Amino acid sequence: MSTASSSVTVSDQFPAGLRVLVVDDDPTCLRILEKMLGTCLYEVTKCNRAEIALDMLRTNKNGYDIVISDVHMPDMDGFKLLEQVGLEMDLPVIMMSADDSKQVVMKGVTHGACDYLIKPVRIEALKNIWQHVVRKRKNEWKDLEQSGSVEEGDRQPKPSEEADYSSSANEGNWRTSKRRKDEEEEIEERDDTSTLKKPRVVWSVELHQQFVSAVNQLGIDKAVPKKILELMNVPGLTRENVASHLQKYRLYLRRLSGVSPHQGNSFISSHSQEPPYGSLSSLSGLDFQTLAATGQIPAQSLATLQAAGLARSAAKPGLPMPLVDQRNIFSFDNQKLRFGEGQPQHMSSGKQMNLLHGIPTTMDSKQLVNLHHSAQSLGSLNMQASAHGNPSGQSSPLLMQMAQPQSRGQILTETSGGQVPRLPTSVGHPILSNGAAGAMLAINGIGENSRGTGYNSVSQTSSVLNFPLNHSAELPGNSFPLGSTPGISAGMSTLTTKGGFQEEINSDIKGSGGFMPSYDIFNDLQQHKPHNWELQNVGFAFDASQHSNSLQASVDVTPSVLVNQGYSSSQRNVQNSNVSAMGKPIFSVGEGSEHGIALNVGQHLNSLLVDNSTRVKSERVTDTSCQPTLLPQHFGQEDLMSAILKQQQDGLGPAENDFEFDGYSLDNIPV
Amino acid sequence: MERNQQLRRQLASMRQSLFDQGHLDEQFILLEELQDDANPNFVEEVVTLHYRDSARLITTIERALEKSPLDFNKLDGYMHQFKGSSTSIGAKKVKAESTQFREYCEAGNGEGCMKTFQLLKRDYATLRRKLEAYFQLARQAGPNEIACRPK
Repeated sequence: MSTASSSVTVSDQFPAGLRVLVVDDDPTCLRILEKMLGTCLYEVTKCNRAEIALDMLRTNKNGYDIVISDVHMPDMDGFKLLEQVGLEMDLPVIMMSADDSKQVVMKGVTHGACDYLIKPVRIEALKNIWQHVVRKRKNEWKDLEQSGSVEEGDRQPKPSEEADYSSSANEGNWRTSKRRKDEEEEIEERDDTSTLKKPRVVWSVELHQQFVSAVNQLGIDKAVPKKILELMNVPGLTRENVASHLQKYRLYLRRLSGVSPHQGNSFISSHSQEPPYGSLSSLSGLDFQTLAATGQIPAQSLATLQAAGLARSAAKPGLPMPLVDQRNIFSFDNQKLRFGEGQPQHMSSGKQMNLLHGIPTTMDSKQLVNLHHSAQSLGSLNMQASAHGNPSGQSSPLLMQMAQPQSRGQILTETSGGQVPRLPTSVGHPILSNGAAGAMLAINGIGENSRGTGYNSVSQTSSVLNFPLNHSAELPGNSFPLGSTPGISAGMSTLTTKGGFQEEINSDIKGSGGFMPSYDIFNDLQQHKPHNWELQNVGFAFDASQHSNSLQASVDVTPSVLVNQGYSSSQRNVQNSNVSAMGKPIFSVGEGSEHGIALNVGQHLNSLLVDNSTRVKSERVTDTSCQPTLLPQHFGQEDLMSAILKQQQDGLGPAENDFEFDGYSLDNIPV
Repeated sequence: MERNQQLRRQLASMRQSLFDQGHLDEQFILLEELQDDANPNFVEEVVTLHYRDSARLITTIERALEKSPLDFNKLDGYMHQFKGSSTSIGAKKVKAESTQFREYCEAGNGEGCMKTFQLLKRDYATLRRKLEAYFQLARQAGPNEIACRPK
């Protein structure tokens, strides 16, 4: 039998040359399909293993136009491959199976298959598969340019390729147009973060430091995303990632330099607005559970968190952590997320300021990811509490990593952890690990700050960052001594210095128990933490209310500072403070899990929190143990820090349970 | 030439009986249609691939049927694979038996499975034998004749 009768004419080349990748473990079917597709004049590549197919797709990103895959394969479920391809390459995928039951077909549809063929496949069915490619391109184009180039239904590449037709290969034409489309699509994709599935960047502490050093090298005025990107030289990092991060950083700096906290707040709030926060709250509820689920959060912490009612929004203290889990944290340092894990212990190691991470180090990065989801907004926050978690000593608690989803979770965790302040929230750090974190986050409400405690001034929405702080703030009921406690107040005043706060806190914290060391990190983190700041203020707000409004003032100052620092440190402090302030959510978590709370900062915080929690006992915050991290943020970081530090130093002892979060209404947390 | 014609007639008749006896269905014809000058032995190639692959499955199913208790899920899975492969070459009887087997699996009827499998094996072997003879003859008759059937 002769092959395709139609000789390809120049103008009719399409769909000839369509590059098809066919995956099927049955060699017989594979051979037949290959032949059939060849008859349709497609360019066929066959593969009998799904994994291999994915590799091929990955290494040759633009090498294929469409994928046809069998449903039942031994090494990987066809639907899973379908999802992966859709996520990573966004190519149209056709499923096939001898199974024509409705359920299976439905499954194909729900997983995103653009068509479903019943075996044995007829060549007629294959002749039209090009329509899926065109359709997809058309939709993409539309998004891209809203132009009508693809309209006509079948936006065939023809017109665009005409010029090339005369050249030898049809494929060339097809490819050219495809290439063009790809480019545009890529551009679009890049811009349209929300739609395309792009891996989320998790701004780990290390990454952030790289970023900071790049910025410093260039000079903050001259630091443009492109150059920063070049300097950083991190594979996989896009200009967009850097740009958004830079924006946050700038805000943070501005805040440090005295920009009205309001702005900062707005920043945070704006950030927090993002779903992450909202989600955080919701997350918190959910997250906690998820987080807990991820196992990161110690059950107890979770419970405590829950008890604390951190669930603020979602009321599921479940710590968003689990959220993190799911998402692949594209962070560069996912590991960081481990905050929760073992972090508490690390805390004592003091080095990691993970405090910032606030994100419950216990939370796995994955959790953070989860949080991230919720914390999407936080995304930028990157709070990645990872810092905390980074046992690697990343001292920069910048949990920023959590590329948003995490932040949420993180933040939550952080709050609970008290340690890592808010940063994680955005990151969704699982850090909340202990549930406390979750609670914290919840508290932070990542915006929800509206927590009843009043601390919420932190605009809960503001990035999750606030969480830690906010929560604490919310805790007002908790006796979060930070605010009220004299010690804290004192500290608070110092906090005002914000900048100093960090340092102070650090120092203090250090003293307290290695908890603070991260402050330095926080500073770095601070950059990210703008969001937190807001929260912090809020957190402090409550503190202020509790302790002394003065703190607030000071807090405001630092909100960013605190926040940032807080992230690392403030988080801790805040966390701590939050713990107290927040009431228990944080502490409770911490208390229960003490470590858990410390989540954020990683170990440090954990220790702190733990301590703080005890200390925080209602107002004891000032006890020094007041987990400075948490509070500081609110108060103006510096003050808080000092206060907290003091407390810590004193030996965090009593604070625990003061946290009654009761006052803290997580619900307020604007999630 | 005459011999060739004779061979071809033989071939055609052989082929026809496969259809008549219900061993092969339309799918086989579609395979023949795919054969062209670029792939003159396409059908034989595919059939060979099928038998190589399915032989392995047959053994697997056989072993699984010896186990006790029977794992119907697994059996069903194997048979699903086997069925897909058989369907693609147009093995009509075998395909029907595969379907039957799967139904028994679903019902948890071990005995039904075993009985059906015996039938399946028999028909599987029969078709295999016949196709082997067919292709052998086709090679003798000359490549052009193999898939040459009036459209």
